[in-house]
Amino acid sequence: MLEYFKYIQLSGVNILMTTTDTEKSTNKLTGAQIFLECLKKEGVDKIFGYPGGVILTIYEALYNCDFIKHYLVRHEQAAIHAAEGYARVTGKAGVALVTSGPGATNAITGIANAYYDGYPLVVFTGQVGVNQIGNDAFQEADIIGITRSCCKHNYLVKDVKDLPRVIKEAFHIATTGKPGPVVVDMPKDILSAKAEFVWPEEVKLPGYNPNYFGHPKQISKALELLCDAERPVIIAGGGIVASEAMEELKQLADRLHVPVTNTLMAKGVFPESDAKSLGMLGMHGNFWANHAVSNCDVLFAIGTRFNDRITGCLKRFARDAQIIHVDIDPCSINKNVKVDIPIIGDAKNVLVSMLEDFDKNKYEINYEVKQSWLEQINEWKKKVPALEQPTDKLSAVTVIQKFYEYTKDMDAIVATEVGQHQMWAAQMYKFNKPRRFITSGGLGTMGFGFPAAMGASIAMPDKPVFNVAGDGSLQMNIQELATCVEYNIPVINIIINNGYLGMVRQWQEKLYHKHYSETKISGPDFVKVAEAYGARGFRVTKEEEIIPVLQQAVECKQPVFIDFVVEECEMVYPWVLAGNPINKVLLSNDCPIN
Amino acid sequence: MQNNKNHVISVLVKDEAGIVSRVSGLFSGRGYSIESITAAQTSEKGYARITIETSGGDANVIEQITKQLNRLIPVLKVIDLGDVESIERELILCKVIAKDEDRSEILRIAEIFGAKIIDVTPRTYTLQAIGDERQIRSLIELLRPIGIRELVRSGKVGITRANQFTTNNANGNGNSVVKAE
Repeated sequence: MLEYFKYIQLSGVNILMTTTDTEKSTNKLTGAQIFLECLKKEGVDKIFGYPGGVILTIYEALYNCDFIKHYLVRHEQAAIHAAEGYARVTGKAGVALVTSGPGATNAITGIANAYYDGYPLVVFTGQVGVNQIGNDAFQEADIIGITRSCCKHNYLVKDVKDLPRVIKEAFHIATTGKPGPVVVDMPKDILSAKAEFVWPEEVKLPGYNPNYFGHPKQISKALELLCDAERPVIIAGGGIVASEAMEELKQLADRLHVPVTNTLMAKGVFPESDAKSLGMLGMHGNFWANHAVSNCDVLFAIGTRFNDRITGCLKRFARDAQIIHVDIDPCSINKNVKVDIPIIGDAKNVLVSMLEDFDKNKYEINYEVKQSWLEQINEWKKKVPALEQPTDKLSAVTVIQKFYEYTKDMDAIVATEVGQHQMWAAQMYKFNKPRRFITSGGLGTMGFGFPAAMGASIAMPDKPVFNVAGDGSLQMNIQELATCVEYNIPVINIIINNGYLGMVRQWQEKLYHKHYSETKISGPDFVKVAEAYGARGFRVTKEEEIIPVLQQAVECKQPVFIDFVVEECEMVYPWVLAGNPINKVLLSNDCPIN
Repeated sequence: MQNNKNHVISVLVKDEAGIVSRVSGLFSGRGYSIESITAAQTSEKGYARITIETSGGDANVIEQITKQLNRLIPVLKVIDLGDVESIERELILCKVIAKDEDRSEILRIAEIFGAKIIDVTPRTYTLQAIGDERQIRSLIELLRPIGIRELVRSGKVGITRANQFTTNNANGNGNSVVKAE
């Protein structure tokens, strides 16, 4: 309480000073004002946040701020996901602002999500006054301690004079090297303390020097190996998106005549319409992509950390292959998969060097051998999942296929939640450019898609934005519909409503004796919920209604819930059971699991 | 390099609040063991050195530990002291039960190991010894049958023999520190 009065007094003094300050004309700003000036310097014009006790001074400064638009979410987790959605489509750092204690702890999932998928965020958390830290004050949480293992770096600002330097460093760290979230914890008294605003000219971080250029010798070794290979495959990962290396990847694949498969995080980095595209690999990847990787003699992995969802059984992963691995994060190399030629560097720079090297020196390529490898892969391409037996209910696969057919020429942004619908969307929605498919890959966060789609729509208001959701996932952040309505953010939610936590149900069906333990989940009437929030709601139960409803949804330019009531028991295929080698692909319910 | 022996890793860091927690948290979070950890300031203001002894890791694990440590922003340099010519030492304080008939034996052992008796009570002697891993282990083995009441170990510290692990470079400017590859 005492602190509270002190705060009132302080702000009282501030007001007096700004209105009747005749003593001396000083350029001093409050920490809160400095914070906003720093954001301006970093080119930030949109932030996502939620106010609270210790950051009131910032909201006071925001009140008349004309260069920053603040979006008030309905839950702090959503603020972070929205900022990540914004970062994913723009490539810039997303910015979120939350208060201390519960505000900050609610943000953790969002921070961890961005950390695992490598997207740049700067998350500002409020903190109790410096003198109160450690005293279990109201809404105190040791957010530096809590976030240490789920962010790229974090800062507790203990002097208002440090604020500009810390913020500049935070943006620098978030957006360079392997991008990731940085947390800046700002105590209340720092935000009301005054200092001159001095923007540092450069960042000095002696302990932070990402290696951007691959070693030339390693690069020529890699190139030689790829040229000599008889059965080469490229795995393109999220690092291609981060370094914007799509064009270089395409050129290299064309010149060397190498097929390209992509991870979930790299959807769209290689045109899926190209004959050399194998689409996605991994647990729910294509039969042919998994077989190509399992049978290749040279594997060229770029910007991927070999997550268990793509490697399956590590011992059997690309056993006969020599492996070349490019990553900007040295930790990714030799972590899961033993690598023959490691190249630490930025994907784009490495690919540019490879192309230059290739053009300058005469590497011999036996195109006939490579062509017969592609033909072998084409044979595998005939293996597609069996169609499910039709029932009287709508099929989720049909819904997503129709949705793709209807929207494919719109350059739409498609977010997903996590589960069966996510995998179906990843399998069926083809992209020819990155930063269009927004999905939680590493952490697998249910509740990510809706707020992320919201952030994406705010970043790109001219593009249609969809969120493919399950009835389970959507309920994790359904409250953001209020945010969408308030700012008229026209996110269209494609709800694949099967009344189950479908992916878990699928595992239970095959692996846990059909004991559907706690996976049948009820939900509200999504149409009524939409209407109650002031959004548009539709329900679709028949195939012929899909396109007309989608058309209405796109045309109304409002936030929309479309409740697709679908068959309960549909399964995602192809499917590689966890721990199995990735060429052990199940294509239908009839495949034996042993 | 031998597999699965203890490794002593020396980490040069910016001396800032929470740095030990950042480094030790990395070990616990990723399941690496810490046999001992020491941390103190270096000769240069603003920098500290953390020495960690870790066990049970093959070459891959040690490689990951080194890389993960390097990834921390306030970490300036990481050296696996097993990889370079280095000297490692540990200090122990050992309170031994000093029965009349054992006293001369304790003194004899202390003398052999260059240990000092730093405290004497009617029932105990307290020894201070400094040595490398082998010396310390032998000393403890010899004292154990006599009766160790309490043993306090500093954990290992180590230093490289060549001049390669400071905050300075040739022009003595602390800003130009670069990370080890």
